[in-house]
Formats: sequence, C-alpha cells, structure tokens
Amino acid sequence: MEVRAILFAIASALTRAIAFAVFGCWTSASRKSVLPVFKELNNILFYPVQYEGEESERNVFYTGAAPNQQAIPAVDYLAKDEKVQRWVLAGTDYVYPRTTNKILEAYLKSKGVKPEDIMINYTPFGHSDWQTIVADIKKFGSAGKKTAVVSTINGDANVPFYKELGNQGISAKDIPVVAFSVGEEELAGIDTKPLIGHLAAWNYFQSIKDPKNDEFIKKWKAFTKNDKRVTNDPMEAHVIGFDMWVKAVEKVKSTDPDKVIDALPGIEAPNLTGGISKMLPNHHITKPVLIGEIKGDGQFDVVWKTSGLVPGDAWSKELDGSKDLIGDWVDKKCGNYNTKTSKCGS
Amino acid sequence: MRDCYERCAALVVSLGLVLALLLAGALAANAESYEEALAKFAADSYNETDAAVAAVAASGNPLAAQVIEALQDGRLLFSAGDKKIYMRKPPAGLLDAATGQPVSGAEPAGLSPVRVNNRVRRAIDAALGSLTLLSADPVKRLEAAKAVFKSKDASVLATLDTAINKEGEARIKKALEEARAAILAGKRDAREADRLAAIAILRDRGDQDARSVLAGVPSDQPANIQKALADAITTIDDRLALWSVAQNFWYGISLGSVLLLAAIGLAITFGVMGVINMAHGEMVMLGAYTTFVVQELIRTMVPGLFDYSLAIAIPLAFLVAALVGMAIERGVIRFLYGRPLETLLATWGISLILQQAVRTSFGPTNREVGAPNFMSGAFELGGLTITWNRLWIIVFAGIIFAGLLAVLRYTELGLQMRAVTQNRRMASSMAINTGKIDAFTFALGSGIAGLAGVALSQIDNVSPNLGQSYIIDSFLVVVFGGVGNLWGTLVGAMSLGVANKFLEPYAGAVLGKIVLLVVVILFIQKRPRGLFALKGRAVEA
Repeated sequence: MEVRAILFAIASALTRAIAFAVFGCWTSASRKSVLPVFKELNNILFYPVQYEGEESERNVFYTGAAPNQQAIPAVDYLAKDEKVQRWVLAGTDYVYPRTTNKILEAYLKSKGVKPEDIMINYTPFGHSDWQTIVADIKKFGSAGKKTAVVSTINGDANVPFYKELGNQGISAKDIPVVAFSVGEEELAGIDTKPLIGHLAAWNYFQSIKDPKNDEFIKKWKAFTKNDKRVTNDPMEAHVIGFDMWVKAVEKVKSTDPDKVIDALPGIEAPNLTGGISKMLPNHHITKPVLIGEIKGDGQFDVVWKTSGLVPGDAWSKELDGSKDLIGDWVDKKCGNYNTKTSKCGS
Repeated sequence: MRDCYERCAALVVSLGLVLALLLAGALAANAESYEEALAKFAADSYNETDAAVAAVAASGNPLAAQVIEALQDGRLLFSAGDKKIYMRKPPAGLLDAATGQPVSGAEPAGLSPVRVNNRVRRAIDAALGSLTLLSADPVKRLEAAKAVFKSKDASVLATLDTAINKEGEARIKKALEEARAAILAGKRDAREADRLAAIAILRDRGDQDARSVLAGVPSDQPANIQKALADAITTIDDRLALWSVAQNFWYGISLGSVLLLAAIGLAITFGVMGVINMAHGEMVMLGAYTTFVVQELIRTMVPGLFDYSLAIAIPLAFLVAALVGMAIERGVIRFLYGRPLETLLATWGISLILQQAVRTSFGPTNREVGAPNFMSGAFELGGLTITWNRLWIIVFAGIIFAGLLAVLRYTELGLQMRAVTQNRRMASSMAINTGKIDAFTFALGSGIAGLAGVALSQIDNVSPNLGQSYIIDSFLVVVFGGVGNLWGTLVGAMSLGVANKFLEPYAGAVLGKIVLLVVVILFIQKRPRGLFALKGRAVEA
C-alpha cells in the first residue's frame, strides 16, 4: 500500500516536470518498485542506502555501499584483527541479507573457511523473541574457535536482539557482532552500555573529525532544532549525491536528465570523512570503508579504515552468476556487460 | 667419571649463577621498563596500547593495577604534546601515572583519553586477572579467576598456585582451580597426570565455556590426552543436550507469558464482550510510552528512584490505557454493538489515529526505556541461562492473570460484568446499568493491555509500531484458547509459546511460525470454538 502511494506521488511529480531528480527510497524492495516508473519517464534516482548490489540501471545512481564496500572489508577486519575463524551470518529474511550472506558465504569459503564453521540464520521482520537464536549463537561459539556474528538484521528487530545479547552476557570481547544496518539513528533507541565494543561497518560515522563533517552536523542540528539528533551514513550518501548532481548540472548547464546522466560518471565530490568520492561508469561511487566500535554514548569509535577509497562493484566478484559482469554506462552503455562473451545482457 | 662429576657440578653451578644473574637483570629491566611501557599509551595506537597493557602488568610496579583499571574505565589520559600519561581520580583530581602523585597546579592542556578496542579490552581483563589474583577483596579475586580462565595465560600459573593454597572461600577456590585447569589442559609441557586432572575438572564444570576450552586445545596431542579431551567433550555435549530440552521449555514458557500479557486484555474485550478491537495493540503501545515518560521524568527529577520506575509506571500505564479505552468505548464502540464489521473498521481507524498521534508527539524513532538493575543480566541454574527480565515478566504475567481472575470472580464489578455478558437484558432488568458496565469492562481490558506495555517495553522496541506486532498473535491466542474463557487464553498462550520454541531449533524462526499458523488454522477447522469452548446459554447470546 505504501509503495503504491509512493509510486503515485513520484509519477505525478515527474509528469508535472517538477522533479529534475529524486533523492530517496529505503530498502531494495522500494527501489525495485519505483524503477519501472523512472525508466519509463526517464528521470534520475539517487539511492542512498547500503544494498546487496547485483544491479546497475541507467536511471539510478547508487551512493550507498555495495557489498564490497561494507560486508567484505568488515569480514576481512574480523578475520585479520580479531582472528575470527567461526562465523554466524544472521539476517532478516529478505533480499538484502540473503544476497549479502550468499556473497559472504562464497567469500569465506574461498578463504578456506569450512562449511561447518559457518552458521546461517534468518528471522522474520520485527522478530522480537531472540532467546533461542542467541542461545544457539552462544553454543556455536563454544567450539574453541574465535566466533563472530555478521548481522544483516534489519530495523526494529535489532533492539530486542541486542538487549538479549546483553542479558545473556555475550560481550563483544567474546563474540563480537558486526552489523551492516545499525548506525547512530538505530542506537538512539537503546541503552548502549551493554553493547560497548560491538561493531558496525559503514562509510561514514558521525564521530569522524573533519571540518566538513562538523559543519554538516551543526547545520543538521540547527535544521531539526534538536541538539540530540544524530547523523548517519545514508545522510552522508545524499550529501555526496546531491553535490554530484549539482556539479553535473553546472557542467552541462542543463537539468535535462539525459544530459545529466551522461555527465555524472567522472564527477567528483568531497565526502564528509576527508576524501573525494567519484562517480564511476557503473553508477556507483568510491567510498572509504570504516569499522567502528559502539561506545557508551551511542556513537562509534573508528577502529579501522581502508587506506584509500574503495570503488563500488555493481556485480559481485564472489558469485558465479555475476563475476564476469560489469556495469558501464560510458563506453558500453550497458548495466550488465559480460566481459567473457563481450555481450550486453548476461 | 668423577672428573666429570666435579666439572659438571661446577658447570651447573656457574650456569645457575648466570641464569640467576640473567633473571635479576630481566627483573631490573622490567622494573625500569614501567616508564617505557607507560610511554606507549601516548602513541594513540591500539597495537601500542595492547603491548603497553601487558608490559605494565609485567613490570611489577605497584601502580600497575591502578593504571590498568584507569584505562578500563576510560580515566587514563595522555597529552599529545609531551607524551605524558595521567590518571583521572574521581570525583576530581589528576595523578601522574608515572609516580602516582597528584598533579599540582593547573591541568595540562590537550589531554585526551587513551582509546581501547576489543583486543585491548581482552588484554586489560587478562592483565587485571593476573594482578588481582591475590587481592584482599573476594569479589576481585573471583573476577580475576574468571579472567584467567578466559585468558589461559600460563605465566600466572605460579601466582595461581599460591592463590589456590591461600584461598579460604570454597566458591573462589573452585573458580581458581578451574582457571588453573584451563591453562593446564592445553599446556604441552605440563605433566600428563596434571593435564588429565585438569581435563576432568573442566569436564565436571560441564558448561559451554568449559567445552570451549577443551575444544580449543589443538588436535596434535599425545593419544592419552586426545582421548581424554574427546571423552570430556562428549560428556559435556550429552549433558548440554539434556539441558537444552529444559532450555527450550523455559524459552517457551517465557514466550508464552509475553503472548499471555499481550492477549489477556483482548480476552476481556474480544473474548468476554465480543468486540473485535483492532486498536488493542495500541493500548499496549500507550502503556510502553507511559513507562518511557515516567522514566524520563524520573531521570530528570529524581534519578535515585530509577529502580522503582517500573513500579511507578504500572498503575499509571493502567490508568492511561484504561481512560483511552473508556473514551473509545463511550465515543465510538457503543454505537456499533452487534455490527462486528463496522466495529472492526472503526477500531482499525482508531489504531491508525493513535499511532500517528504518538508518532507526531514522540517522533518516529525508537525510545529508550532503561532496565532497572534487578531486571538486567542473567543467572545460571544448572545448565540453564535464565535472564532476569524474562523471569520477572513471567511472574508479572502470572500476577496479572491471577488478579484478573479474582476481579471477575470476587468483586461486584466482576459479578455485574459476567451478568451483562451472559444475559444483557436480564442483567438490565436486575437494575444493572449495562452501559456503565460495558464502559468499565472495556476500560479494564484496555488497562491490562497497558500493563502489558510496561512489561514489553523491557524486551521490545518502544516505537509507534509496537502494538502492530502483537495484535495478530493476540487474536490467535484468544481464538485458539477459546473465546470468553480466561483459562483458555492461559493454556493457549503457553502451548503456542512452547510449541514455537520447540519448533524453532529445527524449522528456523520463519518456517516455525508458518507451521504453527497452519496447525492453528487446521485446529480451528476441527474445533471452531477453540480449546475451551463456552457451554450453555452464553453461547447463543
């Protein structure tokens, strides 16, 4: 019902030629629902949320993280710095966790992790009774090998999950949880003291010390008239995306979507963590990957970051179905160009 | 031969001397290195901090424990300029970490806390464990024993032996022996008899932590040890498998009590009155938000009362939800009695209005409701981990259920309620004001939903959507248990909870829920009136 309402609103706005570009959507399901409209009316969507990849559309620009800009570096960090050997992949039962976990499973196996050292678990949206699963994780972690949880648990289910972890006494020192959907905004509803040390992987944290970030936080707090409001990663993605769109429009001196779409690849814009992000031919951007530990005040302490910026892969290199595909809207004019067969369309 | 004996003896003596000298030298070097170790904290690098913790602990300096505790609490500071380390002493005051003396004069500028990550936290635990094994405080000794059990640091073995010999408290002595066993089980150069004894101690401990230690020993051990390890793991696994049945049952009761709390108010409004109340979940939500408001007020005005916040919230949540419920009944539902479809639509509309009202006034994001101390954490009972919040929720659900039964059975209001629901016209002609009783009954059901909100705020999100996630389950419980029967609601909630928790390990959370739904649908086909069907005249009314 909500999706249809969004569709209707967007379609009418577009046909009235009010919108030159749309910055929005949350979850892949909503993006995939509005996609036909954007294609038909030939307009631009900037999608700011981390997602599962496996997509590159002409009308969409993906400013959130692809799996190689979030999930894979996080797993690398745990394996290297925390010497993790056993993995729990826990997620909500929908497309993002399922695809991400498929990619992670393939990646871990390629690194020599045995199948019996990987546990995969899915739960319904809004799951609130985590007793059994947390006990299972504890049991899985008692095999004498360092264990970690990679969480793609979505939205509201996180609060009871973390509460149960805290109550059953699983501390980050024993079994760390690294989450891909938990940021400053989500932590605002939890007492984070029992969660200190659990991790999240993002491309931005509010706690990053950078003049541009300080300025943005100040403006955001003034705008919301609330000194306690927090910023988060998808907000930064929109800041970058909007900046890039403005630069592209200035470059071609037109807001015509066709011209802007062609002008966007190659455009650079500063991100809020001190680097310069670039729009790539596959409509994804380059971003730094940061790993943060939860602090007692609901903010994150960055414990690791990539040395440079990581370019986003539209198609995962870990999956058999997509490892030969690339998205290239500059030379090939194709979102799923197969480099093996040199043909557009898998 | 004799020649050699003398020469060899000389050699041994001189070797011993050299060793002693080396050892003394090493100790001296260690003593010196306290300041060097301390300096590493100023590097602002996790690797250096990690190394510094171990070095400070090994230095033997009397300040070591104090410094590491300060690091643990975030009270260890460094100045980026002159690379000096300070400890903040609560409530106010600054100590020089190198000397332990207070810093005189103004506080040096540019101090920032030494940052820690998980690896450093583990190093801190291990270091404090080895430093506080001989502490005078029994709580610290117990914690130290547990820390050593985790760190398995072989260098504290000698201290551990001293601690075990000195220990007077049986509980701590056991923990110390287990810590010693955890070290010895994986120590290759220990005597075989000691290692076997260690493995036996761990086997007798028999929990997941012990299993983890045993399973973590590398698999290239001598055959005897290898066999003992495998046997011990099997013994523990068998024991845990048995306990896991009890664990599932406990989880089932706990889930059942949550379902009971959510459904019991509905058992009154839907079960007894026959009103299909789609806004029931929102009454639960209002209860949770009342808890939030109470806690906020207590936090800002009387922080000392925080542990009583739930007790204060309980009557208020009941009142708020009951008043809203009464307003809904008087304002809307009383005009719709006997028209179930319209009631359904109207109450659904009310539920949307209530959600939006809360969203507008409190914001769409989750609100933080804290847990009082007595509801945090868990305790072990045999092989069971029982969390306090779940235990209290079960107790709370039981009290509400008993209270409600008593109200219906022994009070004037209860008597009139039963009279009205069983035969409205007869009750009316006995001079019972049926309209008033309707309002009170609906208020009672709503108020109890508000009470459920207080409990659910402890385990779930406090957000405008809170109620929605419980409304389906509540109807399921009431229909399954038998409409109009409180005992049916109890049995229905508990059997759904337990069945869910026994299915979950095998079918997974998603499939488990589906299976249960199908089973309930089939059951309703067979027995449309649920587990405990009402008999007699009330059925036709």
